[in-house]
Amino acid sequence: MIPLMEKELSGRWMGKEDFLDAIALAQTAPGIMAVNMAILSGYKIKGIRGSTCAALGAVLPSFIIILLIAVFFVNYQNNPFVRRIFMGVRPAVIALILVPVFNLARTAKITYKTVWIPLAVAVLVWAFGISPVYLILLAGLGGYLWGRFHL
Amino acid sequence: MIFLKLFFTFFKIGLFNFGGGYAMISFIQNEIVYKQGWISTSQFTDIVAISQVTPGPVGINMATYTGYAVTSSVCGSAVATAAVCLPSFILMVLISKFFLTYRKHKIVKDIFNGLRPTVIGLILAAALVLCNKENIVDWKSVVLLAGAFFAVWKYRANVIFVLAASGILGLILYP
Repeated sequence: MIPLMEKELSGRWMGKEDFLDAIALAQTAPGIMAVNMAILSGYKIKGIRGSTCAALGAVLPSFIIILLIAVFFVNYQNNPFVRRIFMGVRPAVIALILVPVFNLARTAKITYKTVWIPLAVAVLVWAFGISPVYLILLAGLGGYLWGRFHL
Repeated sequence: MIFLKLFFTFFKIGLFNFGGGYAMISFIQNEIVYKQGWISTSQFTDIVAISQVTPGPVGINMATYTGYAVTSSVCGSAVATAAVCLPSFILMVLISKFFLTYRKHKIVKDIFNGLRPTVIGLILAAALVLCNKENIVDWKSVVLLAGAFFAVWKYRANVIFVLAASGILGLILYP
């Protein structure tokens, strides 16, 4: 998605430097990256009205397509044919979620010393139903305290 | 009432969801399936599958679809999607200048050092939660899971291809 954004935005709507700053911010901030990017670039070009239009533009195609599928799928959810397809798809979905765990562990340089953090987080959410919101807050605080008192 | 709850839930997700679409699965799962019990795990798994193969940001796809599944109405979709985007507005417009100034500051770096391993844990939790009896019905499911993992991990197979292939295998394996 980023190359597409660069082609459309960089040079025409905003400078190269601004574009890279916006990408960095859109990726690190919470929320959906594409929406963050739309709001940032829209704001840069035309203020609040610009960001509103850009966000609508980023959201509406997905919104319409998914709604059409959802309305259609409700009628076929209990169709035996569709049920069999999804019995095959569901385990594959789990696999799709597992792959980025391992890829991210590599890029985030998780070692034997730090691997307890993702494991503990996973167990707390999975086995105890702890809200990810609390864990994100705790993680930010933990990172801050560690950096302040340990290094 | 359900719309208000839906709005609040997705607003919270939009505000705290660091780590993109995969981490968001964990947030939605915890709030919508586990806490509220609005939809079942298998229903949610189907939503994730469809959101992955539909063009556009996965987060928007999941919010729109979950909103519809919970309320059976277009309004539910609109509420969930608007709510998940609203924090972005506030954050992007208010903190963008602040962030660009302090992005290289040590405190910001320290905080993200804590967030990164946690986000990985959240994604792992999403996968573990989905490994229940609704999704893993027998040994064939386990084989499908392992096969799909291997195809994506080792051969970088395309997501749409893997889901389509596993759907066809579902038809063959479950007569």
